[in-house]
Amino acid sequence: MNKTFLIARREFLSRVQKKTFLLTTILLPLFIFGFYALIIYFSVKTSDNIQIAIVDRAHIMDNILPKHSDDVQFIILKDASLNDLDNQILQKKITGYILVPAHYNIMGFDTLSLKSDKSIGLLTREKIQKKFSDLLEEKRLIALNLNKKQIDSIQNANTLQFTSLEGKKDSDAKAGVSYGVGYFSGFLIYIILFIYGTMVMRGVMEEKMNRIAEVIVSSVKPFKLMMGKITGIGAVGLVQFIIWIVLILGLTMLLPFIFPQIGQQTTELPMQPGAMQAAASMKNSGGLQEVMAGLSTINFPFIIGTFIFYFLGGYLLYASLFAAVGSAVNEDPQDAQSLLLPITMPIIFAMVIMTKAVNEPNSSLAVFGSMFPLTSPIVMMARIAHGVPDGVPLWQLLLSMTLLVGGFLATTWLAAKIYRVGILMYGKKPTWKEMWKWAFIKN
Amino acid sequence: MFIPINHEPNINYYNVMNAILQLHHLKKYYATQKAVDDISFEIEAGSIFGLLGPNGAGKTTLLRMITGIIYPDEGEITFDGKPFNPLDDTVKIGYMPEERGLYKKMKIGEQALYLAQLKGLSRAEALSKIRFWFKKLEMESWWNKKVEDLSKGMSQKLQFVTTVLHEPKLIILDEPFSGLDPVNANLIKDEIYRLAQQGSTVIFSTHRMEQVEEICNHIVLVNLGKKILDGKVQDIKQQFKQHTFNIAFDTAPASLIHPSFEVVHQKGNDFTLIIHSGFRSNDVLQFFIAQNVNVVAFNEILPSLNDIFIQLVESTHSAARSFETVQ
Repeated sequence: MNKTFLIARREFLSRVQKKTFLLTTILLPLFIFGFYALIIYFSVKTSDNIQIAIVDRAHIMDNILPKHSDDVQFIILKDASLNDLDNQILQKKITGYILVPAHYNIMGFDTLSLKSDKSIGLLTREKIQKKFSDLLEEKRLIALNLNKKQIDSIQNANTLQFTSLEGKKDSDAKAGVSYGVGYFSGFLIYIILFIYGTMVMRGVMEEKMNRIAEVIVSSVKPFKLMMGKITGIGAVGLVQFIIWIVLILGLTMLLPFIFPQIGQQTTELPMQPGAMQAAASMKNSGGLQEVMAGLSTINFPFIIGTFIFYFLGGYLLYASLFAAVGSAVNEDPQDAQSLLLPITMPIIFAMVIMTKAVNEPNSSLAVFGSMFPLTSPIVMMARIAHGVPDGVPLWQLLLSMTLLVGGFLATTWLAAKIYRVGILMYGKKPTWKEMWKWAFIKN
Repeated sequence: MFIPINHEPNINYYNVMNAILQLHHLKKYYATQKAVDDISFEIEAGSIFGLLGPNGAGKTTLLRMITGIIYPDEGEITFDGKPFNPLDDTVKIGYMPEERGLYKKMKIGEQALYLAQLKGLSRAEALSKIRFWFKKLEMESWWNKKVEDLSKGMSQKLQFVTTVLHEPKLIILDEPFSGLDPVNANLIKDEIYRLAQQGSTVIFSTHRMEQVEEICNHIVLVNLGKKILDGKVQDIKQQFKQHTFNIAFDTAPASLIHPSFEVVHQKGNDFTLIIHSGFRSNDVLQFFIAQNVNVVAFNEILPSLNDIFIQLVESTHSAARSFETVQ
């Protein structure tokens, strides 16, 4: 049997059979799913906790039907005894009340006061402030003799439609979703490089410190040992990732059954014509269906395919470097920290470029970052989320992939030479300069 | 103490019949030192060979070249009559390095199986051999234990088994008895004899000279990357003998002054003498017999390998390198 395969199998099985692997692989997606389900639950759920009475002695709210909005509700009262309202506040029937005095001038600058029993939270204050201002604004516009249509046109926020050269419509939500997907996948690769890179490094350190390295290299070439370890751990990562994808997709399909509102809203969306209603519905439902629609424009098989390519490419590129560092470390695991710096720097640098690239996928920094093999696995994900060729032209994608394969071969070649010397070297911690020399000594 | 003598490396044993391993002018230079500097010797098949030297002498570098872990800068290795090919020949070698260990979290049985498979054995072959050895060394009940649960001696035993499991032609053991209690050390020693009898060649590297004297047929001593001694243990002892004798009498002799010898040590009626060159042991005996005392013991004291080792290492370099002396 091929020795590299034997080693990879041991590395794979010894990790997959651990309890922690099962825990992180199954529990993590459940945790993430539960987290998002909670967020969605709270954003979908209409809270009816806040009821504000408006004692309208100036009769400014007469022609306005109080809107049934999600969380803040206004009850307009022509007149009411303030003592009665105070009691209602104490009995928790209403949150508070606003008294509009009889001489209140709607076009003036007077402020009104809201009375409540205890202090209201900052976010809720902002909501009440905005809703009440909206009410007054509409009333003021009516006072200026504007009709409903004119008011809508003033309040229309969507005056620009973003279109690409090819004439394709490009909705804000789609850009937002691309941003989210790009950021998420780039960040995921960033995390993966660190988690699995460190795993490789620890594995190499374990072999060196347990003094098993020399036993093994008397039967297997050091290069095979290193590659076996890297492929074994890479397989762990891939299996873990696939389980996650399957679990998350499965759970996402369950989502509409748990929250029927979401399903309805997404199916309603295509029937709504014009930006007006879309904007109006966005106001009401927090843009959820817009996001769902944006998600549907993303080419997920393509993203997942390229993700796996960049995940593997980036992992292979960095894993051998992590292995080289692991081979250089002696007794003290702390030594790894300083040796790791030249490896973690480009990863962090890539992360910084990615946060820029996800906004401007075609900026020169993004193009450079997505070509350079040390940063491309992270940066390219940010561009790919915007699609081909909007985010990245096909030739750039192919060039980047080629460079990544070349880069991975180069780092593996270099790291293998350092590794070969390092695993048999005991004694003081080497410097990077010494490790560089190792790469060029004869075996 | 011995008077340092100028000793030329002995290369009389260059044409051993039936050599399993021949080293021809091996050199390995590192940036700061000559780890191995032009070393040649041969090892007879089926022998137990001792490779000795103080720390940093180049033993490990030499062993790593023999096991194909590193390549010599210059020189050739002939293994079993053919130029050494690390890819094919490592299967025929079992190497237990001084710096050795096992996967702590792995089960004993799986670990032995893994290491045997890495040596190229099939799963079935490996399993039957592991069962054989585990039974032989009373390790059967360990199969599902983890290495971290074993004592140091137990894991040394396991390490030995994994080294010899694939029936290598050449077994290289670097300090094989470290961490073993006398009972287990004897167990392993017996196995080493048995393996040698069955035709395996054993290279035995250690600082423990009394073990070398007991076990090895042939030794090579290296220091500072160079070979400084090569020969059969008995021949070397003869070669380094200082004509020192022990003589004991029932009563004290009347005179101890004679041109043929000089007394270096006295304890009661027990004397240690050095016989001067040009005289024979019988000259001494005749001198005492003439005094009418009864000689109750007379024997030659051969130097121990430890003495030879210290003497040679110190004479090849002004400052002796650190090494373990026999307690």
